[in-house]
Amino acid sequence: MAGPDMDMVEIVINGKNISVKAGRPLLETCLSNGIYIPNLCHVEGMTSPPASCRLCFIEVEGIPAPVPSCVTTVEPGMVVSTDTAAVRKLQRTALKLLLSVHDIDCRNCPVNRKCPLQQIARFLKIGLKSAPFETRLKKDLLDDRHPFFNYYPNRCVLCGRCVYLCHRKNGYPKISFAGRGFGAFIRIDLPLPDDAVSCHECRECATSCPVAALRLK
Amino acid sequence: MVYGLTPEEKEKLERFKTKLSTFEKNRKNLIPILQSAQQEIAYLPGQALELAAGHLDIPISEVYGVATFYNQFRFIPPGKYPIKICLGTACHIKSSDIILENFERKLGIKEGQTTEDRQFSVERVACVGCCALAPVALVGDALYGKMSPSKVEGIFTRIQVEKEMSLRVHSENESNQ
Ligand code: SF4
Ligand code: SF4
Ligand code: FES
Ligand code: FES
Repeated sequence: MAGPDMDMVEIVINGKNISVKAGRPLLETCLSNGIYIPNLCHVEGMTSPPASCRLCFIEVEGIPAPVPSCVTTVEPGMVVSTDTAAVRKLQRTALKLLLSVHDIDCRNCPVNRKCPLQQIARFLKIGLKSAPFETRLKKDLLDDRHPFFNYYPNRCVLCGRCVYLCHRKNGYPKISFAGRGFGAFIRIDLPLPDDAVSCHECRECATSCPVAALRLK
Repeated sequence: MVYGLTPEEKEKLERFKTKLSTFEKNRKNLIPILQSAQQEIAYLPGQALELAAGHLDIPISEVYGVATFYNQFRFIPPGKYPIKICLGTACHIKSSDIILENFERKLGIKEGQTTEDRQFSVERVACVGCCALAPVALVGDALYGKMSPSKVEGIFTRIQVEKEMSLRVHSENESNQ
């Protein structure tokens, strides 16, 4: 097959030579070659990833500091490391920061044992705690105004997957970030009678939420 | 709490609708449009946001995203008597958080909310410029300095008396006609 997209190039990942597609994000490249990199906010095929969770750091020879692999694309001859001390340090800090605004109550959580936060913590060999960062939870525990969904602000890690996937599937978002800083949350539009898109049939947002912050009723 | 539109606000919303048509349909006008709505209606009810979204042909969720980002926009109607408690540095040191709590408890609402009868709203502000009088509270345009918990009750009595007086003047005027 022709086309620049299909160009295969040689790169080195963790000391191994592999032949991969040029131009593809390194995160996707590594994952599909069986090399795990923690990640939360990336969705396969995104054209401009938000790189907001800061979990997917890697080191690339010639670049002085670690870079997020979801926004770094494959170039011929790259030498990549996914498991350096600097990378792990950043990833542990990123996870702790996410946990500092997350209500860690696994026993009562529907995704207990299937949860990416738990998996990433295990992978990084740290506990599910935000220390030394202080925990900052929101006052509102539940938004249940929508007929089909419940939203739990203190579970939400603001990864943005729901917003992105709703937009991608329906051509416009019916859900968005609202507020800012520690007050930021996800807001779902209540359905209008003349809505072209029916949440009832879509449900993309709730099925894409990694941490049970958006749940079907 | 959901606040329906009062008849007066419905009129204001209509006025905003007319104003809206003078804005070019360009998404860069979103913030000026929201400002104009708030200027007209004193807050941003859901209907105003829907009108803005419709006019610019952008998703409502995006309008909410932008509007909630800025502190200048409010989504709850201000009370007839808007109460503002200063939590600036000087007032904070003089324990104005206790004054805030006193108002909240007295009215049964939290900071940022409005009582159901729309008479009072409570808000925190940062330095109103008269730190020497700390802690400071504002009720509408009236400033109360050197606030203490015991003065909170006095403010409500005063508002009640003023209300009754203006009612009396009103009915006297009517009976004179
Ligand atoms: S989302 Fe994961 S880390 Fe959070 S409470 Fe649920 S299981 Fe625990
Ligand atoms: S609701 Fe879930 S998918 Fe959406 S931003 Fe929060 S954590 Fe991510
Ligand atoms: S996956 Fe790269 S920053 Fe979140
Ligand atoms: S800090 Fe309250 S008036 Fe200045």
